[in-house]
Amino acid sequence: MAGLTFSKGGVHPEEHKELTERLAIEEMPPPAQVALPLSMHFGAIAQPVVKKKQEVQEGEVIAVVEKGLGAPIHSSVTGTVKTVEPRPHPTMVRCDAIIIDRDPAAAPRKYERENWTTLSREQLLARVKDAGIVGLGGAGFPTAVKLSPPPTAKMDLLILNGAECEPYLTTDHRIMLEHPEQVVEGAKIMVKILGIKKGVIGVELNKPDAINALQKALKVSDGHDEGEIAVQGVQVKYPQGSEKQLIYSLTKRSVPGGGLPFDVGVIVQNISTTVAVYEAVTMNKPLYEKVMTVSGRAIKRPANIKVKVGTVLSDVVEYLGGVSDDLLKIVSGGPMMGFAMSSMDVPVVKTTSGVLFLNSKETSIGPYGPCIHCGWCLQACPMGLAPKEIGIYVEAGKGHLTERFGIMECFECGCCAYVCPAKRPLVQFCRLAKIGVKRGS
Amino acid sequence: MEPQWAVSISPHIRQTQTTAGIMWTVSGSLIPVLLLSIYNFGLRSLFITLSSVISCVVVEAICQRALGRPISVKDGSAVLTGILLAFVIPPGVPYWLPIIGAVAAIFINKQLMGGLGFNVWNPALVGRALLTAAFPVYMTAAWIPSREVSHVPILNYIWGGLDGVSTATPLYVLRHYGMEALTKQFGDLPVIYTNFLLGFKPGCIGETSAVLILLGGLFLMARGIITWPIPVSTLASVAVISWVFGGETWLSGPVLVHLLSGGVILGAFYMATDYVTSPSLKTAQIIFGIGVGGLTMLIRLKGGYPEGVCYAILLMNCLTPALNEWFRPERFAPPKQAPVAAAK
Ligand code: SF4
Ligand code: SF4
Repeated sequence: MAGLTFSKGGVHPEEHKELTERLAIEEMPPPAQVALPLSMHFGAIAQPVVKKKQEVQEGEVIAVVEKGLGAPIHSSVTGTVKTVEPRPHPTMVRCDAIIIDRDPAAAPRKYERENWTTLSREQLLARVKDAGIVGLGGAGFPTAVKLSPPPTAKMDLLILNGAECEPYLTTDHRIMLEHPEQVVEGAKIMVKILGIKKGVIGVELNKPDAINALQKALKVSDGHDEGEIAVQGVQVKYPQGSEKQLIYSLTKRSVPGGGLPFDVGVIVQNISTTVAVYEAVTMNKPLYEKVMTVSGRAIKRPANIKVKVGTVLSDVVEYLGGVSDDLLKIVSGGPMMGFAMSSMDVPVVKTTSGVLFLNSKETSIGPYGPCIHCGWCLQACPMGLAPKEIGIYVEAGKGHLTERFGIMECFECGCCAYVCPAKRPLVQFCRLAKIGVKRGS
Repeated sequence: MEPQWAVSISPHIRQTQTTAGIMWTVSGSLIPVLLLSIYNFGLRSLFITLSSVISCVVVEAICQRALGRPISVKDGSAVLTGILLAFVIPPGVPYWLPIIGAVAAIFINKQLMGGLGFNVWNPALVGRALLTAAFPVYMTAAWIPSREVSHVPILNYIWGGLDGVSTATPLYVLRHYGMEALTKQFGDLPVIYTNFLLGFKPGCIGETSAVLILLGGLFLMARGIITWPIPVSTLASVAVISWVFGGETWLSGPVLVHLLSGGVILGAFYMATDYVTSPSLKTAQIIFGIGVGGLTMLIRLKGGYPEGVCYAILLMNCLTPALNEWFRPERFAPPKQAPVAAAK
């Protein structure tokens, strides 16, 4: 069965999901120390509200954003603030982080389930906001803001993104399989917040067990009806999980360049985000834990683990038995769009959906050649851009003239560079071209 | 100290095909054609091909050295140019001739323009065009009769050939003496078709065996290296035009003779599909192919040469930048137009 899909481009990288897709989510014991970066979201950097030596509880607010876009940060352990100092960061080079030493004697905090159906939209939204929830699949856009579209937008559909099209990653897959009822309930909460009737969970067809589990959960939950939620299989093709592509696959609506999903009446939320909303609303639990896939052929024991936000990578590696000698690259996120990291001192942040330890057979760093004009990148680009021209222009120092190829619509999915036989760094060229266009020279 | 890990921009995985992989695969797919040519015309075919390949590689290396570029002969592109250049020259030429073609193909046409990816014209055909202009006698008369036709003595098979100069190619015969002479010299039409399809006829080193070139082309299509639009549109337009205008009366032309002779099949599958010098998008490729087929037939039927594929492709190469500019990918979701512009 081919399934619904987007209209242009796309690639089929090897999935490598077999490394972790059958492994249940396990909880990693909390580390002795966590480092919580002050930037784990889209928007302004948070300001600490705790001092050195101050004792903090698990789930306590330790930093807030007063003005502008942002989200509060909560301590992920009970313990003592050691210091605030610059630490490596997965996407920024370095960023100030609050360092907390865990109190080994403290018991983990417990949360009670509450009834949320009597809460108003505003109260629900406040819980999402106070819990510090941000979009967990990508840039970390504050979820409460996303759930309050302008009143002019005519919203009619909530889409849950269960595509998980990035190779290796199985986080959302495992969550949908192990906690389908949480996903469904989270969806109902968001449907209520948005004041709409319909939600659909888009899942790539390579996860039939997850689709099944969700369908069962939907049948069970049919009692307290807050709107219609459905599951829809979509074709296995990268970048199915990209917002614009998934919206098109499920609704045939296309979000214009420079526009946002609410321009076509849709809002898209990631699966982990949905579960975070569920926990925030039904248990008043802030976001300070993260399920992530640790995979790749250079980690001794690949796994899906639930970790405290702020856990440093070297602790994760130690817990999973270390890395092998042929480790070549550490990637935060998926292999198509993730960031390579130069050290293991990087902490897990809210938006970390996976960490990959790739050996020299899985990834490569090598020289690239001139464009041979095979045109494969043109076929692969899901936005219908001209990556080969963009690359050639940038090499010739004319990146600022690439607007006519649609460069500003490029979302750096990497399809073009993935197929390029000359191994050209096309995503790099696209970034430079965008900078050039913005600067105008 | 903690080891520092490699940092590079996403994506961190790549599909396996490489530039060199493509060049070597295309070269490899031509080996059966070369083997048949050796059987057909003798070891001369092999020696001329070797001379051409070696000179292309050496010229490329010298140019890159002199221009201070990294030496990239391992990517196979010079080897492929060498093979294709040899394939479009007659087997009876002297062994030094390809050297001059290689200088034109690689030095003037490729390296002086900026190296791989920057040439406007197909390198092998530039080589052939220059040789045809400079050595018209060799390039239009050094044919060797096919072994099947003449059963040359063994010594002649290895070293000989130049006494075969007087043999004319089917296209030459057709152009100057007509259909009747063609059947007189090469046999009845069914015999002609079989021999032409298999490659038992005089012609350039690698142009004679339609069936082996076709198989090579299909192999490349199966491997995703070339796509159907250019070959199909080229062949289709040659077929239609030769049928309509190629005969004594309208709609009576010898379609198969035109399709199977000269460089049409090799050109359609191996020359016109050259990435660098042909357009990248389907619609543009179809127009390109129709142009190649149309110009080929124009030259064959009305021009001064019996064969026109080489010039047809070189002429269409000039249009490639324009075709690429006119046909850009259709954007998935461009920004909304300003209402004024949209109303127009
Ligand atoms: S990275 Fe940009 S240019 Fe390349 S395929 Fe993706 S959207 Fe297209
Ligand atoms: S895929 Fe690479 S080599 Fe092919 S046209 Fe695009 S940039 Fe050029």
